[in-house]
This record gives sequence, structure tokens and C-alpha cells, in this order.
Amino acid sequence: MPHILVVDDSSSMREMVTYTLKSAGHSVKSAPDGAEALKIAGDDAEDFDLVITDINMPVMDGITLIKELRSLKRYTYRPILVLSTESSAETKTAGKTAGATGWIVKPFDPDQLLGVVGKVLPH
Amino acid sequence: MSMEEFHEIFFEEADELIEAMESELLEMVFDTDNPDRINNVFRAAHSIKGGSATFGFSEIAETTHVMETLMNCVRDGEIKVTRDLIDLLLSSVDCVKDMLGSAKAGQPADADRAGETKTSLEAFLQAASGDAGDTVTGTAEGADPEPGPQAAAPEQPAAAEPVTQPADTGALPVALREYVIDFHPALELFKTGNDPLHILRALRDLGELEVEVDADSLPALEAFEPDNLYLSWKLRLQTESDPDVVLEAFDWVEDVCSIDLHEIEHRDTVSDPEPETVAQAPVEAAAESAAGAEPAAPESVARAPARSERRATPTEPTSIRVGIDKIDMLINLVGELVITQSMLGEMGENIETCDLEKLREGFLQLERHTRELQENVMKIRMVPISNVFNRMPRMVHDLTAKLGKKLDLVMRGEHTELDKTVMERIGDPLVHLVRNAVDHGIETPDVRLAAGKPERGTLELCAYHANGDVVIEIHDDGAGINRDRVLEKARAKGLVAPEHTLSDQEIHQLIFHPGFSTAEAVSDVSGRGVGMDVVKQNILELGGHVDIASEAGRGSTFTIRLPLTLAIVDGQLLRVGGQVYIIPLVSILESIQLQEANLRSIADRSQLYRIRGEYVPVVALTELFNIPVPDTGRTRDQLLVLVESGQGKIGLLVDDLLAQQQVVIKSLESNYRPVAGVSGATILGDGRVALILDIPGLLRMARRQGEFDTAGTLRVSGPRAA
Repeated sequence: MPHILVVDDSSSMREMVTYTLKSAGHSVKSAPDGAEALKIAGDDAEDFDLVITDINMPVMDGITLIKELRSLKRYTYRPILVLSTESSAETKTAGKTAGATGWIVKPFDPDQLLGVVGKVLPH
Repeated sequence: MSMEEFHEIFFEEADELIEAMESELLEMVFDTDNPDRINNVFRAAHSIKGGSATFGFSEIAETTHVMETLMNCVRDGEIKVTRDLIDLLLSSVDCVKDMLGSAKAGQPADADRAGETKTSLEAFLQAASGDAGDTVTGTAEGADPEPGPQAAAPEQPAAAEPVTQPADTGALPVALREYVIDFHPALELFKTGNDPLHILRALRDLGELEVEVDADSLPALEAFEPDNLYLSWKLRLQTESDPDVVLEAFDWVEDVCSIDLHEIEHRDTVSDPEPETVAQAPVEAAAESAAGAEPAAPESVARAPARSERRATPTEPTSIRVGIDKIDMLINLVGELVITQSMLGEMGENIETCDLEKLREGFLQLERHTRELQENVMKIRMVPISNVFNRMPRMVHDLTAKLGKKLDLVMRGEHTELDKTVMERIGDPLVHLVRNAVDHGIETPDVRLAAGKPERGTLELCAYHANGDVVIEIHDDGAGINRDRVLEKARAKGLVAPEHTLSDQEIHQLIFHPGFSTAEAVSDVSGRGVGMDVVKQNILELGGHVDIASEAGRGSTFTIRLPLTLAIVDGQLLRVGGQVYIIPLVSILESIQLQEANLRSIADRSQLYRIRGEYVPVVALTELFNIPVPDTGRTRDQLLVLVESGQGKIGLLVDDLLAQQQVVIKSLESNYRPVAGVSGATILGDGRVALILDIPGLLRMARRQGEFDTAGTLRVSGPRAA
């Protein structure tokens, strides 16, 4: 079962994404900010096949999180999706430079999210 | 989990964010350049925008979007924090609050007000920074059709304009088109988590795909880096899709790869405005054209009524947010309980051989776990008092501005937890006390300076737990209660007999008397002396208590004590005839041996008892509840329990005082039917049911019974005797 980490400071967003993913049979953990996410991802017992992160978050933002994750051996090549209201070219470039795999712009539709997730997860 | 449930979570979260935004803005008045505050306000607006766009509340998304843009300019130093800005944002916060309220009720938002708010925000933005205004003329970007994710999911729900749906338009005969794509990915493509395989799969989903790999760049084995991508591809795709749909497969990698797409012209191609070669499909250009389509405003208007139809019966969400640690604690305790239970069960099966000492130990353990479980279950309903405290800064801010006073509000112990219902019901009384302190307590700056005090007053709100109660203190360093003026006024109103001398505490309590007000000019802030009596009544109804300490010229402190929960009450067990009744311990003033000589009968059934110069109506519970008394029933042996409620005191005639214990309140109304004079029932340790007496109800019954008016002989309660 694919294991996914969802990072968003908004609990409604977190729950909605978590629910959507779980209903599609994925196992999901979530974190309210980048620092927390990094802590969870650093746990050897956790092995996420995919990370979905917001950009604008307290403590540690999404771009920094992506950079940090990419510097971890386990997450160098794992897909990391950005799920954010941010859609400016500037932020997107920053995200991609940091190592984001793809971008989903909020508001999103559950089917759309699952479609994207299905494409980036290893078959 | 339905969409409605997500809505509830969103509403709760939005309420919290709105509150946070409000309090940060209020702090900003004195702390203009604190980047953390600015950032917090920005992020709150941003989060509400994101959520409201996702959950379809586009008006809220639009307004918060402009707020976010404005805060972003502040963050970047383009706009300075001024009082005007703060006031504008505060009124926008109010507007968003109302829109959220409408959304919760399933009503459409007040479009005029939302429009006005948005316009004034935009005007401010335009005035403050010339070109920043451009960015807001569009709509909330969250509602913009965004080309990003379409590659993977052709369904684009939020798009305002119909998007060509490539995959499932099978009904229409569309001619096949053929593309040739040169795909040279970047060497480090894997490091973005992307995989060319995914892209190839996405293309395969569009139609017939031929793949030709070019491995010429593969280095010699010793130079080979397994992390690098050395391959490139030449692809040939037959599909019904437009070139831009094909290019969407490369959406995430387009800026790190070279992609060349050619359409091969053959037969009669469908009329296609696209040029033969489409360059790297710049995202910016697509976004611009999407924004240019001017979508959201009319669309959102059309959407609002549809939503209200769907939620035909709006229900007030009554969820409560519970910390995971509390839940874990419960799960843990239930586990312990199960272990204890199975241990006892095992002993029960071998009851002859079992060790009595161990059995006793087991029961002790069971008792401990049950109690802990009960305490922890109660904690689920506990919420921090900050929910109420958070209303204060805004109110104090508005009030001081209106009254021309200067005031610092200090709040401590916001995390103190109390029962959700208690919290909800203490809100208004607290607001009233704070208003009262600002209006009557704190002096104007010139008066304060003349009295040798600092120009700025201080109002302190403080909450803490003490002896199983929640204590809330409201302290101001204002003028204090003028005891002589209060007494004079009370005498003038005939509330206090001229010969009575009262203690300070008793005089202070007079301000809680109905109709009492010493404010020389009636202000529209604190009203006309209506309220303080209601405040006290509300607190008493919650099983609480309010005390005042005040020193003329130095300020006043109101101390409210409230029970942690309404589900459990500290009760005094009473014996009346053969029955056991319970009264809340907090309502008892004192209990005395009845002196026949002090008992006066008036009219037929009413009796008054004289105690320290004051007459108190007496209720004989045996008569009230029709309890048969053995004929020897001599009043001499009876006890009089003096109890108090918001409206006054009465004496209850009882036969004996039994134990004091915590009782769990069971509703009589939901299990049987409402009974006058009884507020609920409980089950005693021996399994018997005992009724809990409703003191205010008994008082009302006593009043109806006799013609006397206790208010005429008002004497203020001293510290309670219990």
C-alpha cells in the first residue's frame, strides 16, 4: 500500500487530502508544517512513497522542506508534489529548483488529486 | 465523511484564523513593525482563502485574497502599517466573519458588503502602491483556472470556462492528429522525483504511441552515474488531442527538458488555430489568458444560491475539537480498565480459592481507573478560556476609542480549560464585566494624570484553576467602587434600611442588585444598570460565585469562581422524612438549628424565619413534596438550611444533613418530565435515586406561595458558610 505524507498547516485541507487519499486505499500521515514533516520523514520506520506539501506554512515552508527532503538519501528521488494556492511563475520556479516533482493548484478536486497521485506513484 | 463535515472543519479553522488575525491586528496598533505579526496576519488570510476556494465559498476567497495581497505588500515593506490600515483590515475581518456566518447557515453572503469591503481594500492597495493594484484586478487566484494539473486530470472543476475535454469526447467524430516529439530530458530529471516513464504513460493514455529511445549519450561504464538520466526519446503520437493537451504531459518537466513538438499535417485536419509548432507552452502565458477570460465574479453569483439549496436545513455545527493527547489518554485508560476487569473476572471464577487481599486490591484498582476515566472523559468537553478571552481585545480597542480612554489589556491563563457549556455561558457576563470596568472603572487620561496615576490604565484578565474550580479575575486599576456613593444610593432607593451598617463586601455586592446603577451619566456603553444583576444571576445559575474587592482610587477586582463542569456537582445530601434530596453545596449559606421562636407564620401556609434581623421565607420540603411525616413530627428537631440563588435566599426545612459528595447529574426532563423545584436526579451509592433540588425554582415557588417580597428586606450575603 503506498504510504503518503501530507503537509499542510490548514487542518481542513489536511483532513480533506488525507481522507481523499485514504479512500483510495493509500496509507497517509500528515504534518502541520515543514519542520514536523521533516521529523516524521526522518523516522526510519516511515518510508513515504510520496510527499504532498503546501508552500506557505509556519515554522518551515514547503520550499525549504523540499530542499531538506532532497538532501535526505531516501527522498532524493521520491516524488514530491506541491499542493498550494500559490501559482505564480516565481514560486513555481523556486519549487522546481528545490526539487518539486509537480504542482497542483488549490482549489483541487478529489478525483483530480487522485489522478495526479496515481501518475507519480511507482506502478 | 461528507463534504458538509469538511465544511465544518473548515469553518472551525476559519473562525480560529479570523480570531488570530483580529488579535494580531489589535496588537499591531502598538507593535507596528513586528514581522511575525505581519506574517501571521498574511498567513491567516492566505489559509482562509485557500480553504474557502477549495470548499466553494468564492466570495470569502475573493475578499481574503485582496487582504492577503495587501498583507503581502506590507510584508515586502511596500505599505506601512498605519492605524488606517489596521482599521480597514479589522473591518474586513468583520466582513469575512459575517460571510462565514452566512456560509455556515447555508445563506448567500451579503454581496454588497463583500463588494464594498473588497473595493475599499483594493482602493487602499492602489493608493498605497501604484502598481501593486494591478494584481488585484483579477479574481482570487485560487479560483483561476490553472493549467498546471490538467496534464494528469483532464477534469478541471474550478475552471470558469469550458475546457476542451480530450479523453472522453468519444461521441464526436474527431479526426486523428499525429505528432512527433523530440524529448531530451535533463540529466538530473530523477532528482525532481519525476520519471520519464510517467510521462510516456501519460502520452500513451492519449492515443497510439510509438517510442524510440536514443541511448547515444550513455557514457562508458566507468563514467556512468546511476542517478543520471542519459536517455532521450523520439516519440510519435496519434491522438485526437490538441497540441497543448499533449504538452501538458510535460508540464512539470518542461523547464528542465528540451521538448520539440511537431504536428504532421495529413489528410483533412480539423480546423486548428494552433501553429504547427508549439513552443514550450509557457505557463505564464496560459495563466494570463485564463485570467483575461474574466471569470469568477458572475460565476460566483450563480453558484451561491445553488449551495443554499443543497443545504436546505442548516444545522448549527456542534463539534468540539479534542487534542489527540486526550484521546490517547482515554484509549490508554480503557485498556487499563479492561485489564483490571479481566483480572477481577478471573478471580470471580475461582472465588473459593481467591486471595481476598488481592481481590480488594483489584477493586481499588478498578475504582481508581474508573475515576481517572471519568475525569478524562470530562476533559473532552474542556476547552481553553481563550475562546472567550479572545473577544476582549477587539471590544476594549473599540470601547477605549469611543470613550477616549487609554488602556492596556493584559490577559493571563488563556489556556485554562473549562467545560464548553460553561465557557459559552460565561462569555456574555464576562464581556459585561469588562465593559463595565472600561466604562466605569478606568478613568479618562486627564483624570488619571490629575490623580497621579499613569495615563494608561491597565485591565487584567486572568484565569486559573483552584480547588477544582475555575477562577476568573477581572482587575482594573481605575477609580474603584465609591462605597459611600453606593451606600447613599442604595439608601435613597430604599434597598438598605437607614440603621443598617454594611461591610465593604456587602456594599460592593449591592451593585449586583437589580436596578442599581451609580453612573452619573448613563452611557450607551454599559447601559442603565441593567446587566450587573443579570451577570450575577448567570454566574449563580452556572453554580458559580462572584466576589468583589475594591479600593477607592486604586481599582477593583471581580473574582468569578465557576465549577469545572455542569455534569457533576458537589452536593449536600439532605434527609426529609424518609427521602434523600440533594442540593448543590455552593448554594448553601449556612445551616442552623431551628429556633421555634424565630418562626413567623403569615397567611395560611407561608412562614418566615427571622435570622440576624432579616426575614427569610421558609420552605418545608415535607409539604412541598407531600412527604408523609410520622405524627411525632416536631419542628424543634428540624434544621434550617439557608440557601441562595440569584434572586434571594430561602430557608429549607429538613430533618437531617447527611454526607457531602460529588453527584453525577442525570436529566429528569429527558428521562421523565420536568418537575418544578427539581433540577435533576442522581443515583446514590446504594442504588437509590435522589432528586437534586433546583434552588432558583424553589425560590420562585416560595414567592408564589407567599405574598412577601424578599427584595424589600435585602441583605447582602457575606462569605458563604459552607
